[in-house]
Amino acid sequence: MFKTENVFRTVNDFFRKKKTNGRIKIFDSISDKIIRNKYLWSLLLLLSGTTMFGQMRPNPSTENWELSPGIIGTVMLICIVLIIAILILFYRLSETLGNIIRKKDYRDKTVFSEELMTLSEPEIDEILEKRKKALGYQLSGNELSNDSEVEDTKGLIAKVTHKRNMPLADEKKKTKISLETPEELKKIVIWYLGASIFWLVFGTFIGQYVGMKFVWPEMDTTPWLSFGRLRPVHTNTVFWGWASMAMIGLGYFVIARTSNTRIHSYKWAWTGWILINLSVFFGNLSLMNGINNGGGEYREYIWPIALLFGLGLIITFFNFYKTVANRKIEEIYVSNWYILGGLVWTITLAVIGYLPNFQDGLGETVIQGYYMHQGVGMWFMTFTLGLIYYYLPSSLNKPIYSYSLGVLAFWTQMLFYTLIGTHHFVFSPLPWWLQTVAIVFSAGMFIPVVAGTTNFLMTMKGSWSEISKSYVLPFFLVGVVFYFVGSTQGSLQAFRFTNYVWHFTDFNVAHSHMTMYGIITFIMWACTYAILPKITGKNPKQFFVGVHFWLAFIGLFAYMISLMAGGTERGLSWIESKPFIDSVILMQPYWVWRAIGGSLMFLSHLIFAYNFYVMVKKRKNISAQSKTESVNI
Amino acid sequence: MINFHKNHKSLVYTSFAVFLGLSTLIAIIPAYQMQETQPLPGMLPMSEEVQNGFNTYVAENCMACHTQQVRNIEMDKVWGDRPSIPSDYYYSKQRMDFWRQSPSILGSERTGPDLTNVGKRQSGQEWHLLHLYNPRIVVKESVMPGYPWLFREKYENTLSENDVVVPVPEKFLKDPQVKIVASQKALDLVAYLISLKQIDLGEENITAFIKAKERPQPADSGANGSSSLPDGAVLYANTCAACHQADGNGLPGAFPPLAGSDIVTDSSPEMLIKIILQGYDARPEYGAMPPFADMLSDEDIAAIATHERSSWGNNAPAVTPEEVKKIRDYIQTLNQ
Repeated sequence: MFKTENVFRTVNDFFRKKKTNGRIKIFDSISDKIIRNKYLWSLLLLLSGTTMFGQMRPNPSTENWELSPGIIGTVMLICIVLIIAILILFYRLSETLGNIIRKKDYRDKTVFSEELMTLSEPEIDEILEKRKKALGYQLSGNELSNDSEVEDTKGLIAKVTHKRNMPLADEKKKTKISLETPEELKKIVIWYLGASIFWLVFGTFIGQYVGMKFVWPEMDTTPWLSFGRLRPVHTNTVFWGWASMAMIGLGYFVIARTSNTRIHSYKWAWTGWILINLSVFFGNLSLMNGINNGGGEYREYIWPIALLFGLGLIITFFNFYKTVANRKIEEIYVSNWYILGGLVWTITLAVIGYLPNFQDGLGETVIQGYYMHQGVGMWFMTFTLGLIYYYLPSSLNKPIYSYSLGVLAFWTQMLFYTLIGTHHFVFSPLPWWLQTVAIVFSAGMFIPVVAGTTNFLMTMKGSWSEISKSYVLPFFLVGVVFYFVGSTQGSLQAFRFTNYVWHFTDFNVAHSHMTMYGIITFIMWACTYAILPKITGKNPKQFFVGVHFWLAFIGLFAYMISLMAGGTERGLSWIESKPFIDSVILMQPYWVWRAIGGSLMFLSHLIFAYNFYVMVKKRKNISAQSKTESVNI
Repeated sequence: MINFHKNHKSLVYTSFAVFLGLSTLIAIIPAYQMQETQPLPGMLPMSEEVQNGFNTYVAENCMACHTQQVRNIEMDKVWGDRPSIPSDYYYSKQRMDFWRQSPSILGSERTGPDLTNVGKRQSGQEWHLLHLYNPRIVVKESVMPGYPWLFREKYENTLSENDVVVPVPEKFLKDPQVKIVASQKALDLVAYLISLKQIDLGEENITAFIKAKERPQPADSGANGSSSLPDGAVLYANTCAACHQADGNGLPGAFPPLAGSDIVTDSSPEMLIKIILQGYDARPEYGAMPPFADMLSDEDIAAIATHERSSWGNNAPAVTPEEVKKIRDYIQTLNQ
């Protein structure tokens, strides 16, 4: 309590210093009270609009910009990820060190046996005598077991080796459990994932190419490959091609499994697959031809093409909904809440986003802010959370920590996320109250984010040692940590001060990669590695999963940090009213680093594609596998 | 009581209804309200030429890197005389056609400069054409892509009278014999860019920028008169360098050099000040220069002229705001 008082006092001092105008000073004592009462404060934020937080207050000084809460918060959040990475690395290293120590023991033994060689005759005789006596003692021979042959009936021994090798990392547990899955469902999951991986490789190849254009603007002069046309090809492909296809594919498994029933219609699943792929294919073709819907981010596909995607979503929704309706258990598992919610919300969102009603003037801009943020929040984030609620506990083989926290996060996700779209237009000509509501609810996003993160971390608690023994868990851990870090950082970025420094700079690009890549993509990978070996019976090569993980992680970090640092520097340069071209020149080294990070990320996707191939390639003696007809839980 | 855990219908219906309700409050109602905005007096619908150029602007997705919104914070003052208001977008944000919606020209990234007022900042067609063909001709450090497909290559003997030839320097051409001719698309696009000018609201109606906090003045300011002038080098970089180049050497065939120029280094700055105030189009071998009287104050012009007269080997005495004021007043009396 005492501490909080101090914080408020500091905040007051901070405000008082700014107010030089005598008229405003009168309000000091009032504002003191307001600041003490945070509820009143947020209410005032909502209601006051232009009067209190409007044009009156001068822009904050940027002298001590590095001390602003938004900036400090962001730096701290980034450090969290870094620390986690260091911890993982440390864990691995200590295992390796352990191996080296064991190796030393082995060497000591050799020294000991050499010592034996140098013993004199009588000494040896004495020892041998003793030994002979000891050996003379005999048990009946079957005290501990009978004479039957050794047999590992439970499949507990994974591997027998006579060679002592010293691996760099622990051998990862291979998935032994083979889930009995209907062939049709298996095929759907594999085909959805396969298509998504194709779009991942294609989309990030384009991304890498556009990133390189910042360094070499004259790489090509083909209209189809120009920056403005390719940028939406990258974003839309990774959104609708990669993440969406992967989510739906993984979702089909969750829906069937947690409802203990079969998918309502396999045919619908295939129709959805075709529609979404067609949409991404034609969408990209038209974008490269210079046909776009007006450049609003993430709705660059013109409506007939977006309609294909929308139909795909609607079919998927009904398929999922009917499957849940036919469930063989009473309760609806929390994963399905998120998955169904995500689909319903996204369909609503897409309809509002493409309706021809809001076209004049800034009406379109209001919808754009709403659509662009909800596209991320209601579709990718919500659906992905649903997937974590199934795949994380199932790969740890234990239940989720708290079901209720999951439910709380679900409703708060809907309530808060829906209202924050306009934080993409802070200081724009959109109504000031709309901007303020967006900022307040961006801060409110702490609640679902903290609830979700706590739930996942507490589920992992007690299984930390699994991290060095599993190739799935590091992906989950990074995804979950980024869920906290990326979302919280996003909330901080919505504040007016941080907007003042960061808006319009490359910092935005860093944020979107931190979330769409750090959260969504890492979780998709975790889920893919968790489920595919279970349904195909084939594990990827551990070495390549490791390479995939570290290339993607290091690449993402280089990408993020360079754009965050560069973006901040650029924002400050604008505030100081330096010539615009200075801010272009100062970005150049950062753009080079971004391209390097991007290359590592792209490389990791190629390796992921290879791992996928290993996991799904057909075995030669396929007849040995029996077809399973029913789901068995 | 509704049981979300067991009743899938109520779960899905509730989440749909609440989401739709929230969406109506936060997006649909505000969107309808924003649509009621009326155009400003003096605003005209786009001409056909400008509209065609605008279509190219959207097709090439220029919005990916260029914003068109002057925010109401002081750092955005370089992009416009006043913050943008909803009415500014009356004609530019309408549904494009049956297939395409109202374009999102406000933008979310400022990889390149804001274009709200680019027609005022940079009104020369020649500059825009050179810049579109290859931005690095006029801005060495630019990372913007070139748009050579908006131009045609022709040989001297095939040129027709109406062809607009772009004076691309030889080192940017693969074949030095070839002439670069602007296509109608390029001309339309430039017409659109030049049409981008903020409408003046007059003194009374102005929406203010949120002031930046005053920077503490250095203690010795005011001790000598010249330090109260704005920074001429920054003003030059923002206003003049696009054509006359950072090194003051201009571009042969397009923009004259200032380094070593007789007008710039003349002992009397009168001609130099007049050109800055009124613009200049007396020499056919160069592009026309727009007037800057409305955009720059006496202090700004004095600072720029002083910078030009003392840089790149130029060595002429400084110019004072009083000198500029005198010439400005003189021109005004002439115009009356």
